[in-house]
Amino acid sequence: MIETLIGIIGATLRISTPLVFASLGEVITERAGMLNLSIEGTMYTGAFVGITVAAQTGSLTTGLIAAIIAGAIVGCIMGFLVITLGVNQHVAGLGLTLLLISASNTANRILFTNKDGMVRVDPWKPFDFAGPIFSQYWLTYAAFLILAPALWWLLWRSGIGIRIRAVGENPESADVAGISVARTRYFALALGGALMAAGGAFITLAFLGSFTINIINGRGWVAIALVIFGRWGIWRTVSGALLFALVSATQQQLRLVPALSDLPFEILLALPYLAVIAGLAITGRNVPYPGAYLKPYRRL
Amino acid sequence: MSTADAVTGYSVAASAVSLNGLRKMYGDVVAVANVDLEVRAGEIHALLGENGAGKTTLMRLLYGLAKPDAGSISIDGAPVSITSPKIARAAGIGMVTQHFSLVKTMTVTENLALQDAGFFSLDLAGARRKLLTLCEEIGLEIDPDARIDSLPVAMQQRVEILKALAGGCKVLILDEPTAVLGPQDVDSLLDVIRRLRDTIGLSVILITHKMHEISQVADRVSVLRRGEIVATENASGMSIASLTALMVEGVQQEIIETGERSSQGTSVLAIKDLTVHLRGHDVISELSLEVRRGEIVGIAGVSGNGQSELVQALSGVFVHQTGEIHVDGKLVKGGSPSAFAEAGFGRLGEDRHASAVSALTVEENLILDRLHFFSKPGILLKRKIRKFAEESITNFAIKAKPDQAIGTLSGGNMQKVLLARLFGERPLAAVVSQPTRGLDVVSTRYVRQLLMVERNTGVGILLVSEDLDEILELSDRILVIFKGKIIGEVARKDFDRIAIGAMMAGV
Repeated sequence: MIETLIGIIGATLRISTPLVFASLGEVITERAGMLNLSIEGTMYTGAFVGITVAAQTGSLTTGLIAAIIAGAIVGCIMGFLVITLGVNQHVAGLGLTLLLISASNTANRILFTNKDGMVRVDPWKPFDFAGPIFSQYWLTYAAFLILAPALWWLLWRSGIGIRIRAVGENPESADVAGISVARTRYFALALGGALMAAGGAFITLAFLGSFTINIINGRGWVAIALVIFGRWGIWRTVSGALLFALVSATQQQLRLVPALSDLPFEILLALPYLAVIAGLAITGRNVPYPGAYLKPYRRL
Repeated sequence: MSTADAVTGYSVAASAVSLNGLRKMYGDVVAVANVDLEVRAGEIHALLGENGAGKTTLMRLLYGLAKPDAGSISIDGAPVSITSPKIARAAGIGMVTQHFSLVKTMTVTENLALQDAGFFSLDLAGARRKLLTLCEEIGLEIDPDARIDSLPVAMQQRVEILKALAGGCKVLILDEPTAVLGPQDVDSLLDVIRRLRDTIGLSVILITHKMHEISQVADRVSVLRRGEIVATENASGMSIASLTALMVEGVQQEIIETGERSSQGTSVLAIKDLTVHLRGHDVISELSLEVRRGEIVGIAGVSGNGQSELVQALSGVFVHQTGEIHVDGKLVKGGSPSAFAEAGFGRLGEDRHASAVSALTVEENLILDRLHFFSKPGILLKRKIRKFAEESITNFAIKAKPDQAIGTLSGGNMQKVLLARLFGERPLAAVVSQPTRGLDVVSTRYVRQLLMVERNTGVGILLVSEDLDEILELSDRILVIFKGKIIGEVARKDFDRIAIGAMMAGV
């Protein structure tokens, strides 16, 4: 029993890692006043670019860096659409997601499936520390111990952070205070995109070591919900990711319980998503959206 | 100190800001005409004038929000070209408008730190120190860690002032600062302004149209009338009566005389004990009035004394609204806009852009509030609509096609469409708010004549306008509103601009 519990906790940390990367990326973006629905496609891109470059160069680290750069570029494309051109954020984000998923799948088919059927790398291994709880990938440690505190500092204690919050809350005031609304929003999208792509790359470079169709499987959409659940705060969003991962890990264990073997496994599979809906229904009402959420900024 | 001062023994303070021959036109309307104005270091200089006298335009020129057509600005004796608020701030000019530019979800300290944040560097401790030092110097108390949206408006205004001061401001422009405040906060703000002058020698330009504020704090006062400075005097030597006279004197009034003026008809609109509770106090309290058939009753008042709320209350939109409204002797029940329409009451809102749906066509806008009349269940009667639209366009001289989007029309034509919608329904009574605001001379003339014509056909009209000339020109009676109450009634034969102006100021 205790062993199962420890196993669940270990799995929770592992499952939550890509969600932490992606949802924190979305927090930064939304704090600047933009909903980035290209998140699912950006994670997909990160997963594909990461493993492709890693396979070509033989270096997982190079693959990760390439994924991060690709994510930042996707963020800038999103920026060009919604900041420079003023395109509706829903349309631009969903459009980019559709485009990027299809582009990744197409590139995957052209580059790899004619040869040996699938691109593979020898993925990062978890550290072998004391027990399943601490035997995690280095990226998991990085997400919880470095990334989350660093982003908290960035958002609340740095100049760029206060500018991000200002342009997301009241771009008119920010403009009057001499802050470039456009540049700050581009920065937020690029940083957010880089983090989302890193979350995607974690799945191919650490978790699986391979790329398959539908590899992100809605994690980006879950991240969007987590940000609302987390009320645009770093710690609450991380907690939300952990909670979702905990339900996921638990249902994986429940599938092994003989008494539940007659239950269609899809019902258990649906549990974490039902948890997200329930969580949002309970905590997601009257949430304080950033003041300029979804609003393009134009000088009068 | 100059030699002249040494000779006379006077100490005349140096000039902090001087405006020389400033001029600004909007189209062919002169907003500011050759203004010379000098603000001395360490003085509170009040700028007095009616709505539309050019006060705000003048200050926008000084703060770099508008570009002058002619003239120059000097700061501390040196000419400066102020082309943006950033340059104005660097030159030591700060402005606090009625719309605060604070980020509401941030703390006071963060709002101050925002101004000089680097890419990564953010000096919260420094901003906090600066804030506390300033507060101590001036004698203010403010919690540096309070979130802006948790502070009352009066406090937010102080944060705006402190933010300007922290940015190195030497001349502070306050644009009608008391308009957003409750009465008890006004005195303490005036006290703060006085302390700013006495403790740190700040020059303050106080834009206002409230006479008593001038006698309370100002050192000198300049009166603006139709874009020109008509007087600059020491405030201590000016009585409220003489200021009022300067402000309104000699402004032309051209009376349109159309038809007999009689006010003996039956009552078509009666408001009894109307009270509207909003934002924590009564914006209208126990207001009663009556409009009879075939008369125009003007509501005169300084803006913000409950006029907008009165107009809105006449469609029953407020939750905390008590009192009775009778149209044609019958109590309007239900308090919804359609209940008023069915009772025979029409309404022209103060903001035509809010009243018209800009993406819809002229004819669609014309029938929007009585679709049932122009449709069978689910189907619009296109031919009937077009016929009505064409008649309206002819009758009201609208320069537009029926299928043109209303958003593409000029202000004057858009207003005519809305008036056609209002009077096309043959109402018994109507409230008309700011009917000519922002319109050019020709359209203004047309709209005023139209109101007179409708009056002569027997409609009872309640006219709400910030333009006192308009009210004097059109009304059969004037009611003066002050702090949500009717404080006086003047019959047409007794119209006197200066006396009404004094009543509006609450004297």
